[in-house]
Amino acid sequence: MQGICKRFGPTIALDQVSLNVNAGEVLALIGENGAGKSTLLKVLSGAHRADRGQISIGGKPYQPRGPLDARGAGVAMIYQELNLAPDLSVEDNILLGQAGTGKGLLFRKQQRQKIEEALEAVGLGSLSPTAIVGQQSIATQQLVEVARALISNAKIILFDEPTSSLPQKDVAQLFEIIDRLKKNNIGIVYISHFLEEVRTVADGYSVLRDGRSVGSGRMENVSDSEIISLMVGRDVSELYPNIPHDLGDVRLKIKSMRGQHSPHPIDLSIRAGEIFGIAGLVGSGRTELVRTLFGLDHLSGGQIELDGTRIKGSVKARMRAGLGMLSEDRKREGLAQELPIIENTTMGSLKRYLKFTLLDLDKRDNSAIELMKEVEVKAHSGYQNVAELSGGNQQKVAIARILHQNAKVLIMDEPTKGIDVGTKAEIYRMMGKLAAQGKTILFISSYLPELLSVCDRIGVMARGRLREIREAADWTEDSIMSVATSSDR
Amino acid sequence: MLKKLLWKFGPLFALVAILVFFAVAEKYWGQGQFLSTRNFRVMMNSAALIAVPAFGMTIIIISGGIDLSAGTALTLCGTVLAVMLKNAPTAAPDTFFGDDALAFTLWMFFALVLMTLTGAGCGLINGTIISATKVVPFIVTLGTMTIYLGVGQILSNESTVYAPKENVPEWLNLCYTGRIAENYLIPPINLFGQEIAFKIPSSVIITVILAGMAGILMRQTVFGRNVFAIGSSESTARLCGINAPLTLMAVYTLSGVFVAIGGLLYYADVKNGNPSDGQGKELEIIAAVVLGGGSLSGGRGSIIGTMVGALIITAIRSGCGLLSIPNTYTYIIIGCIIIIAVVVDQLRHGSPEWFFQMISRKTKTS
Repeated sequence: MQGICKRFGPTIALDQVSLNVNAGEVLALIGENGAGKSTLLKVLSGAHRADRGQISIGGKPYQPRGPLDARGAGVAMIYQELNLAPDLSVEDNILLGQAGTGKGLLFRKQQRQKIEEALEAVGLGSLSPTAIVGQQSIATQQLVEVARALISNAKIILFDEPTSSLPQKDVAQLFEIIDRLKKNNIGIVYISHFLEEVRTVADGYSVLRDGRSVGSGRMENVSDSEIISLMVGRDVSELYPNIPHDLGDVRLKIKSMRGQHSPHPIDLSIRAGEIFGIAGLVGSGRTELVRTLFGLDHLSGGQIELDGTRIKGSVKARMRAGLGMLSEDRKREGLAQELPIIENTTMGSLKRYLKFTLLDLDKRDNSAIELMKEVEVKAHSGYQNVAELSGGNQQKVAIARILHQNAKVLIMDEPTKGIDVGTKAEIYRMMGKLAAQGKTILFISSYLPELLSVCDRIGVMARGRLREIREAADWTEDSIMSVATSSDR
Repeated sequence: MLKKLLWKFGPLFALVAILVFFAVAEKYWGQGQFLSTRNFRVMMNSAALIAVPAFGMTIIIISGGIDLSAGTALTLCGTVLAVMLKNAPTAAPDTFFGDDALAFTLWMFFALVLMTLTGAGCGLINGTIISATKVVPFIVTLGTMTIYLGVGQILSNESTVYAPKENVPEWLNLCYTGRIAENYLIPPINLFGQEIAFKIPSSVIITVILAGMAGILMRQTVFGRNVFAIGSSESTARLCGINAPLTLMAVYTLSGVFVAIGGLLYYADVKNGNPSDGQGKELEIIAAVVLGGGSLSGGRGSIIGTMVGALIITAIRSGCGLLSIPNTYTYIIIGCIIIIAVVVDQLRHGSPEWFFQMISRKTKTS
């Protein structure tokens, strides 16, 4: 790719970006959210058209008019959110949109052998082609997509954050498959936020920042911190800023709280000004714990006390008592994507703007804009829809909302999921500052390094139980994992 | 900038375009009546019949729902009113108060309350079932649509209810000026010996007042903002402590009140109550909302837009009528306009990218 440019209205998404992928090589495309990675991939896969610049594949100029065109030219894209028809069978999904499926008729039998070969190649030899895709695991579905790419004789496969929704063991399997594809002389572009991952899988790297290529080279010649400073444009020596905060009195006291299925009775007390981490595998009951605490899931037993007063009842009552929650599912639950920033920030707590039964909209807008500034949301204006913001900025809007609610206890479920390094550091700093103001923070995360660096204490959950609580300094990644995977009762 | 303005006031521009088109076309091929004040009055009058229940529908659609029962609920309310008028204890007197007038006034008051409760009740039933069972509003109101029709027919004995003319109070006749364009709610004012008549149809006044109330409700109250939040993302609203089930019940009940007022206008227009008149009305009401920029996926819609949408429908109908285009073709034209409006609306809010792609794909295959 040479000098690719792409504009969306006044925003320049891509500015003179160049990219080289060799056959049989994995190129890692690295950049913060909003750096233009996804736009670049969309140009490559024909979903967007470049305004300027040339692309060539194997020496031949390539100008895809649409996804179908791109596939014909040998470019296949595996999106972060999978692109399969869940109710159709594996083979039907693989054949979707394939050339040579007959003139409007499907000849399944003829294709069967090819499909089985492709499934074999991605390590799914045991999967029946007639199995329904929606019933398979996410990892399997992803591999079915890869098989679909193979059957269209793809020369280049683009992976957009393929591991963000995969459990650890499936990641290893995916890397094996990528290795195999490499040996078959397929060029691979791999987007990821996880540097460790990129290091295992990629041969070369290319870093994008603000829509420009800012550096590229061989993986073995570069250190992690060099890549990070390329991404962020400055040194992130302080990824985990150390903001001193003092612990106060016990603020949140949970007494044998139970949910319907999970969690099992939990006892926990957290102090004012404390950052309490909750670790555990997906499905260990972490999310259920905080949802029960916040009143989103049914409380089957036990008590919750905040500053000595018992809290119960609806989400609204708990919010009034001082709980605030950030959802792990930012896209669907955390924010109303099609509503403006202001609306999202003030949602659910508008009463304070009432003036003779009507809302004082100016006052509302001003205080929302104030909060936007405080958490440093980057946007044209407060009236911009949340959907147009990058993941990191969206998360800041969600944080602004909890601040707007004046919460004393901030429950943050995976607040840094899918967010670039620079914004992550900002969020850690914000958490530290809030704790210094005496707020209590419940920090749930799957990413152990951040828990270990940010929290005062960490509790590890497994199978719906809170197994063990220690000072953060007394934990290591290994000891957390061994408790999280323990099966003893 | 101009483009932005054009997008923002899209429905209004569409209305102007349609008015201009019919004004020109009718001038050449018709009798040049389209632009007459009389025709405008008639158009605004019939637009009111659609617009009033459509305000309620707008709120429902913003909340992410739909109400297919609005049409039959509307005629059910009209029928309730007709039955009450038919059974009035005395004929309608000239004044509200006085010895013999009091009984009728009380009866009339009772009739109006009953009619409003019927509409609100229909809405409450919809809202309760939707909130309690989580069945999609389309299916729930598809069911209640038939139920309300059946209830209406029981009430009317499967025929049309006519109230004797002397039982209908004058003010009710005045609520909907209809074809008698000389009657207005605001009496002429005598100014310096000159009589100035405000020839604004009363139905228009009612519509504008209701629009103002609904507009402020949606824009500047906690309830209104919560409805937008729920329509945009119910789970986010829940996370923010908004009681979605209760709000939705209120939304449908409130819409029922608008439907009841629509029923009053309907009665004032046709002067009888026929439950089966309502079949199909709901689609007209929904069409007005959609033409006005409401999104069936929720979170988007406007009261002013809906008013414009109702005017678009009546302008087309009136224009086609004056051009002596048969009804059958008018249906087809309105259908096409609705589809075009939704496509344009999607273009306006989605990225225009897909549109260009669609074109480029077409050029490729051809």
